Amino acid sequence: MATLIKPENLVYQRPEAFTEFPTHYCPGCTHGVAHRLIAEVLDEMKIIDRTIGVAPVGCSVFAYNYFDCDFVEAAHGRAPAMATGIKRVLPDRVVFTYQGDGDLASIGMAEIMHAAGRGENITVIFINNAIYGMTSGQMAPTSLPGMKTTSSPLGRDVEIHGYPLRMSEILANLDGAGYIARRSLHDPKNIRMAKKAIRIAFETQVRGLGFAMVELLSTCPTNWGITPLESLTWLEEHMIPAYPLGDYKVAPGVAEIK
Amino acid sequence: MPRELLKGNVAIAEAAIRAGLEAYFGYPITPQTEILEHFARRMPELGRAFVQAESEVAAINMVYGAACTGVRVMSTSSSPGMSLMMEGLSYIMGTEIPVVLVNVMRGGPGLGNIAPSQGDYNQAVHGGGHGDYNPIVLAPSTVQEAIDMTVLSFDLAERYRTACIVIADGSIGQMMEPAELPPMQPVKRKDWEWATNGAIGRERRILSSIYIEPAEEEVANLRMFKRWQEIQKNEVRYKEYHLEDADFVVVGFGTAGRVALSAVRTARQQGIKVGLLRPITVNPFPYDVLDELSKRAQAFLVVEMNMGQMLNDVQLAVKGRVPVEFYGRPGGVVPFPDEILSEIQRVATTDLQVVSDPRHAWYERMVEYLK
Ligand SMILES: Cc1ncc(C[n+]2csc(CCOP(=O)(O)OP(=O)(O)O)c2C)c(N)n1
Repeated sequence: MATLIKPENLVYQRPEAFTEFPTHYCPGCTHGVAHRLIAEVLDEMKIIDRTIGVAPVGCSVFAYNYFDCDFVEAAHGRAPAMATGIKRVLPDRVVFTYQGDGDLASIGMAEIMHAAGRGENITVIFINNAIYGMTSGQMAPTSLPGMKTTSSPLGRDVEIHGYPLRMSEILANLDGAGYIARRSLHDPKNIRMAKKAIRIAFETQVRGLGFAMVELLSTCPTNWGITPLESLTWLEEHMIPAYPLGDYKVAPGVAEIK
Repeated sequence: MPRELLKGNVAIAEAAIRAGLEAYFGYPITPQTEILEHFARRMPELGRAFVQAESEVAAINMVYGAACTGVRVMSTSSSPGMSLMMEGLSYIMGTEIPVVLVNVMRGGPGLGNIAPSQGDYNQAVHGGGHGDYNPIVLAPSTVQEAIDMTVLSFDLAERYRTACIVIADGSIGQMMEPAELPPMQPVKRKDWEWATNGAIGRERRILSSIYIEPAEEEVANLRMFKRWQEIQKNEVRYKEYHLEDADFVVVGFGTAGRVALSAVRTARQQGIKVGLLRPITVNPFPYDVLDELSKRAQAFLVVEMNMGQMLNDVQLAVKGRVPVEFYGRPGGVVPFPDEILSEIQRVATTDLQVVSDPRHAWYERMVEYLK
């Protein structure tokens, strides 16, 4: 198959950092896009062989199947602590966690805050899809006010359930954070910008500039109960106003990479 | 190495360092804090990793991460902190990687107090986390044993890819005794065939406790059990005192065993044919030696600083052949040798029945005693 395509005509292929494992994600879910961006960055930086990934509990629990590097599987929310343990004994390795909003912003709140506070030299890819995907659609700490989920069937009532957490804004306040950015995966332009941010987040680590996190606004058509296309529009119209895109922390050393 | 006057907690920490510990993650809690404080000073000085974690939940998961890379790593805590580590312990056991933990137990349940206790026997031995798993559990009764068992723990943990837990009580951690530390071993990074330390020049590796196919998880459980059987075969350790001709057998671990030994010696002077079995490994438990003893002893007396936890394991070994009596001081109270001596005298002079739960009669005696 590959021989049919001449190298000069090749415009798209599987990143080398990817295995050939077929996707388990639902149609239209942006986890796959996020995975690919990470793989492309690992290829470009030529660091795949010294990268160790930490998978979360959530839909991306099987993230380790896709990346051609060493991987460990954390308990729900504990990925930043596990990454800390790895990075502290192997400081010359590249360590990243990949976490959903339930994992990072709910059960793992202490671990993410303190990893950032310590300036732990790791990279965190944070998938904010405003819902608990894996357990089939419960309210997440990032669910929007009024958003219907299986555990907020009448819509998230802030009087009862409180307000969404804006993790990029929160973590950007910590001195240990080197780079914190929020991007979106809803269209090609934003996907390209997301990739740039992911590159900077890994460069931050490689240069020892502290904690780096990229929050990626993502879709969950299955549990949002709308089509993949509608999901992209819903993300753009509802999530971006609640979670403004941008760089929230760019430490002086990181600014030089940009 | 010369013998020095050492505090138990400090001795445990220094022993681990000399055994080649590369990383420590912990959280302060009395009565084990001196362990963390010793590491806080020594580890950076040696260029090794030390992190005071935000909680014991984080500490055990840092341990989990570091252990996946194949280095020698440990955490230590006391009872309430140990409870928080149970999630991580279950994952560590499910991932089959070596980790060393020390629990300097205190009175409970709940916040309890900071006095010596053995209330976490069941948590350590019979599983405080979810799922089926069997860690190796060692119980020191002196500062020297705490040192030796800490060193041994690293070897056992690596040999069997398992967690090894030292359960000491607050008095072992806090007391000072003459003891000898081992010589400093150089840090040797072994190239384990399972370690996730970066796939440079080799196939990638995955460490996980997930077996999404029940049939595969079943096989994993059976594999872990097979390893546990190996451990049971090879690693049972205990100490026997005056058991050659004993009609009565006292069983106690850690500090309770140590206090019981004084009582046994006095009882011997009084002509009572009594001996002591002190399990060193409470997991694997010395079932076989107790089984043998129960064929010639008239009765057993289990002494613990809890409400009767190891008691069930002794009963399992004795199989109802002869009475198994219980004496316990829960909640952070340490028994005096005199109390145990009167219990030995009672057991030696009373016509006892085999009962399924000797704690009911013990409770009645306790209520009387405390009046
Ligand atoms: C300790 C613990 N509590 C609860 C669960 C159940 N659980 C699995 S995934 C998940 C939520 C994941 O949601 P999120 O992090 O948003 O990731 P997503 O699935 O949306 O990608 C929960 C609650 C668990 N596995 N462990």
